[in-house]
Amino acid sequence: MSENVSRRKLITAGLTAAAGVTGLGVAAKIADHYGLIPPDWGGIWGPGETLTYATQRLLMASGSLAREFNRSEVSKVVPVSGPQPKTDPYQRLLAGGFADWRLTIDGLVARPSTFSLDEIKRMPAKTQITHQACEEGWSFIAEWTGVPLSYVMNLVGVSERAKFVVFWPFDDSWDSLDLPDAYHAQTFLAYNLNGQDLPADHGAPLRVRVARQLGYKSVKYLQKITFVDSMKHVGDGRGSAEPAGGYSWYAGI
Amino acid sequence: MATTTYLEAGTVSNTTRAETPHFSLLVRVTHWLNTISFIALVISGFGILLAHPRFYWGETGGLGTPSILDLPLPFMLGGPSGWGRYMHFQAAWLCVLTGLLYAISGLMSQHFRKNLLPAKGQLSWSALKSELWNHLRFKKPAAEEACSYNVLQRLSYLVVVFFLFPLMIWTGMAMSPAVTSMFPFFVTSSGGYETARTIHFFAANLLVLFVLVHVAMVCLAGFVQRTRTMITGRVSGGKVRP
Repeated sequence: MSENVSRRKLITAGLTAAAGVTGLGVAAKIADHYGLIPPDWGGIWGPGETLTYATQRLLMASGSLAREFNRSEVSKVVPVSGPQPKTDPYQRLLAGGFADWRLTIDGLVARPSTFSLDEIKRMPAKTQITHQACEEGWSFIAEWTGVPLSYVMNLVGVSERAKFVVFWPFDDSWDSLDLPDAYHAQTFLAYNLNGQDLPADHGAPLRVRVARQLGYKSVKYLQKITFVDSMKHVGDGRGSAEPAGGYSWYAGI
Repeated sequence: MATTTYLEAGTVSNTTRAETPHFSLLVRVTHWLNTISFIALVISGFGILLAHPRFYWGETGGLGTPSILDLPLPFMLGGPSGWGRYMHFQAAWLCVLTGLLYAISGLMSQHFRKNLLPAKGQLSWSALKSELWNHLRFKKPAAEEACSYNVLQRLSYLVVVFFLFPLMIWTGMAMSPAVTSMFPFFVTSSGGYETARTIHFFAANLLVLFVLVHVAMVCLAGFVQRTRTMITGRVSGGKVRP
């Protein structure tokens, strides 16, 4: 009898383990299909990152909007984090008032394009007053004006295969967003801060604004935008320059 | 789950009272998981704090704006704190999931009602006073106290479980731009992003204070024996928990 019990136990345990492994594999496949696995899912912090990202993506599937504020609440001080690149070609473009600056858009798009700053400023503009927090803990409220990224995406015809949008700046802080955040109503390419042309140290001539993530996701000094179906072969494969420095790719926290 | 374990172990070892588990398996497992997550949260929280050891009130704050508390530490001590964030949120998941398991089972097994809510008579002024006096004199607890929580323990555990931990989670949520886009009440009820950060810091200090007193009390009562009890669940020679 005890032999029977132990054999039964063994079979049950074996089946449970097999079902568990298969289940986990299937769950990972399904999760990846629905875009619930962040590019930096590996390593010892991967489980926490994946749980956070998947949970927040499921909760915010409706495209929830970050809080917007009144003009009276705009902060008097807008701290600078990561000053302008001191090297060419950035300094040369800055000296020329960005007249020669072009934004290149390529990758999985129907119409790869380049836009001048004037062309971008002629697109339908949007202004919003939002809160931005740095991962260090400081924060400010500012008024930003720019063009919604979704408008530009429709203009160039982003392929249905695209899953991420990669932002290439003039400095090393390249980063990417998943498509839900790229299409989000409050994600835009900003060229104006508190009613003035974007100052150089704040990302001139054009920067990303992502209202639902920490400040470092709002890439400054943009020069190129690429649409890809996977982050595996971009940079070190972890979705952004940030994980190499210890910061997570997803910063909705 | 907790009840089952308790009853099973209890019925098996009916003969020797000393064998009766003092803490249910679930309380023991969640206690140690929570120990791991709490240590990780404190270390990583401190790592995050080192980047900007300054506190503000309201929605915003930064260099060049008035602060309410400046810790005597340089900025960015220890370099970028990204590792701190990775660790903090992984540990937070462990803490929250463990906490949920503990809270749900504690409600279902009536652990909170039976062992944490102060018993009748414990809440009178004279009882509270003598208990506090005993604590302040570091009087070694009587043997029967090994089997039941005294009123100060009960009150502090209740505050930690039902006030400080929920407050940490609440103010933590208030600092997430993604979460507050869906649930803005976390941040509005906290009085703004920076206020939430400040409350998060002070509540964390209270939790660390609780742990220090808790460990001091365990040492006073006999560190090895009490720690063994929290691992094995058994009190050698002690009375059965009521």
